Amino acid sequence: MELGGLLTYGVFFLTQAGIYAVLALGLNVQFGLTGQINIGVAGFFAVGAYTSAILTTSVTPAHLGGFDLPFLVGIAGAVVASGIVAVGIGWVTMRLRSDYLAIATIGIAEIIRLTLKNEDWLTNGVRGVPGIPRPFVETLGTDPLISLAVILAFVLLAYWLVERARVSPWGRVLRAIRENEDGVMAAGKDVARFRLQAFVFGSGLMGMAGGLYAHFIGFISPEAFLPLYGTFLVWVMLIAGGAGNNRGAVLGAFAIWMLWSATQFMTDALGAEYATQAGALRVLLIGVLLQVILILRPQGILPEHGRKGRR
Amino acid sequence: MIQIEGISKAFGGLQAVDSVQFTVERGGITGLIGPNGAGKTTLFSILAGFLTADQGRVLLDGDDVTGLPPHKLFHRGLVRTFQIPKEFSRMSVRENLMIVPPAQSGERLSMSWLRWGKVKREDRRIGEKVDEVLDFLNLTHVADELAGNLSGGQKKLLELGRTMMIDAKVVLLDEPGAGVNRTLLNNIRDAIRRLNRDRGYTFCLIEHDMDLIAQLCDPVVVMAQGQVIAQGTMDEVRADPLVQDAYLGGGVSGRGVSAITEADVARTRGAGGPGEEAGDGTDNGTDNGEEEWRP
Repeated sequence: MELGGLLTYGVFFLTQAGIYAVLALGLNVQFGLTGQINIGVAGFFAVGAYTSAILTTSVTPAHLGGFDLPFLVGIAGAVVASGIVAVGIGWVTMRLRSDYLAIATIGIAEIIRLTLKNEDWLTNGVRGVPGIPRPFVETLGTDPLISLAVILAFVLLAYWLVERARVSPWGRVLRAIRENEDGVMAAGKDVARFRLQAFVFGSGLMGMAGGLYAHFIGFISPEAFLPLYGTFLVWVMLIAGGAGNNRGAVLGAFAIWMLWSATQFMTDALGAEYATQAGALRVLLIGVLLQVILILRPQGILPEHGRKGRR
Repeated sequence: MIQIEGISKAFGGLQAVDSVQFTVERGGITGLIGPNGAGKTTLFSILAGFLTADQGRVLLDGDDVTGLPPHKLFHRGLVRTFQIPKEFSRMSVRENLMIVPPAQSGERLSMSWLRWGKVKREDRRIGEKVDEVLDFLNLTHVADELAGNLSGGQKKLLELGRTMMIDAKVVLLDEPGAGVNRTLLNNIRDAIRRLNRDRGYTFCLIEHDMDLIAQLCDPVVVMAQGQVIAQGTMDEVRADPLVQDAYLGGGVSGRGVSAITEADVARTRGAGGPGEEAGDGTDNGTDNGEEEWRP
């Protein structure tokens, strides 16, 4: 591959990794800080992507809208829509043990995906939503570097929001809830309220990532929100990077996305006749990697407590 | 202070707490004793809002607080600790205490994003309070240690410290001395006594260590099989045959605790007797160098 191609690939790679970093940060609020198990990351990701797509595309009979609104309005809509979905789910599950949240989120993510697939009037069904404008395309043009810069800016914003939240008294209560819920209740905190806030905040970030994804790729269809890409990889990233540590979440996103991309080169070498097996092999490799991490370094590359984290 | 009026709670077929009635007086240290399974901890959980009673009322300063959730009771100054400490293991000792003060402005997410200066200032003030509490409990040297690395006794002290982070009115202590070595136990006992005397805390404490009960508590309430079977001074309850029965395993003497009538409750008797498990332990008092043995 000549240099130009490599650079193009590098920009593409970093942009996608950046989107995953936002997802991982969102999951870190829920799992890393609060101990919530959300196995429906893909669902919130999808809600954000479709919301922003519908808000920003031009008017079309193919799906609801479009409303031709600016990129930033689309992203804000994505955050709000995912947040609303999270409030709905959270309202019913926050008072239950976290296991039930896990089960509920698996179900909800699938319901969302199937709805997107089947409600043609809303989403154009399996044919997907095309023509989603690139960020700031009218003023800044279509240079992929612009998209990369925009997405990295959003990664920084997300990082700042989550890191500030983590070190604040709010984050302190969340970490305490993760450690011992009864203890937090005995300390006079309304545990259900904090859990709901954390869940909504994390889901809002996932929605933001969805919006960024839609504008970056320009076309979305329900296939893009299968649990493998939307949920499983994000979990591996967070655990590998270090749950509870925001720098770990970002690092994990870039590192795992690099590995995931590398496995594609590897399996491409197998040739077209093994394409299906190669796809399965990639998932298998990542699964094995997750096992290895959990056994050898369960606290992740950047553990939450640095040297003090001895256990 | 706390009036407990006819509280009952059943788990399936097991009547864990059965029409319990007594009062925790303001400014006192009330002891709650009884054999394992007597329903003491269940009663505590009900008082602190962690469980809902099937029947009965709880009055705090005359107000009906039955069924309020723990955080609401906490804000009314009713705080509990746990038999098995509920420390936040992967947080520092300091952070464990920083959590406690109510209504911190930084607990609102928007404040942390927009008014960081104010949040920081408030945190610094809370930090000073934490230093004071750590000093009081002799825990300053482990302030930055993860709470999960503390010894069992230090965790108990930390539990006590959490109650000191607010101006608690009533503190329910669930076995503050269980599994704690003698030195640290004295430390805990002194802390309870000083909080009671100097800061006017009202305590109600569950304990199996009869030394500790005898040194600290008046009155003492005895529960067995979900019911209050006696109350009075330590000497009085120790002498009560019903109590002796309960500690020797109710029903051995052919008179089950369930047969106790209302008239039995709260009665005191002078006739002590040998063979009382708990009382004997007390009299042998291990390394108890305390003068003020009895209130």
